Amino acid sequence: MAATVKYDDIEVGQEIPAADYPVRRASLVMYAGASGDFNPIHWNERFAKTVGLPDVIAHGMFTMAQGGRFVTDWVGDPAAVVDYGVRFSSMVVVPDDEKGAVITVSGVIEEKLEDKRVVVGLTARCDGSRVLSKARAVVQLS
Amino acid sequence: MALNRDFVGRASAPSSPYEVSRVKIKEFAAAIGDNNPIYRDREAARAAGHPDVVAPPTFPIVFSLAGGAILADPELGLNFAMVVHGEQRFQYQRPIYAGDELVSVSTVTDIRSVGRNEFITVRSDVTTVGGEPVCTTYNTIVERGGAG
Repeated sequence: MAATVKYDDIEVGQEIPAADYPVRRASLVMYAGASGDFNPIHWNERFAKTVGLPDVIAHGMFTMAQGGRFVTDWVGDPAAVVDYGVRFSSMVVVPDDEKGAVITVSGVIEEKLEDKRVVVGLTARCDGSRVLSKARAVVQLS
Repeated sequence: MALNRDFVGRASAPSSPYEVSRVKIKEFAAAIGDNNPIYRDREAARAAGHPDVVAPPTFPIVFSLAGGAILADPELGLNFAMVVHGEQRFQYQRPIYAGDELVSVSTVTDIRSVGRNEFITVRSDVTTVGGEPVCTTYNTIVERGGAG
């Protein structure tokens, strides 16, 4: 309704500058509480290791939310995201220290659709790996 | 263990209505580290043309997994300890606002093996209690080693 980005100003191939989103153990505890996903692999290192993981990993949905935030910050209106899908391609391992991990998200305009909508392709990386693939959002511009 | 293919097409009963609250939206926004005032402040949301605070795009994960009951059915044979999230999608017919009362119906749309893993996809159709379509979510989970 109030997207600050105008369809006519956007071209296919245009890049949206990358942003960094830190994730610490406390972030995962908050996300567990807010989402209701209390799987111990997201907060209990001992349990995570018993099921073959290197350490506690972030909720995939936490990472997806950072991609969503990247898009809503760009477009200026959360309600402008009409479709958003991802594949979780790699884990975000979150060590128990002050630094935690950093998810870096960048975007590119892949396609201009009808009705002033565009397809934004997202890339999310952490520690050198792509953590989301096939990450695309359809956004209503003004 | 391979998942029971007979579950493809199986649908849940409609969930009990989920009332979207301002407090829950604010809590969810805080948990994803997003300070956007449209998630917290009704006046800011109204100034941006919305009737009330707006839910973040991934918010429906909080309530849309009424399909959890299907996934937990022992007849399906899903070992939750080996489950990871494979894919997720939210397709909106309209934004979600505080005050919405939403009902989800979940349907198993696909079960397949890829390598040694089992993939199961659940679609949730989310409407208001009055039947207005709001969003459709697609959740694919992976059972590691399930097809082995």
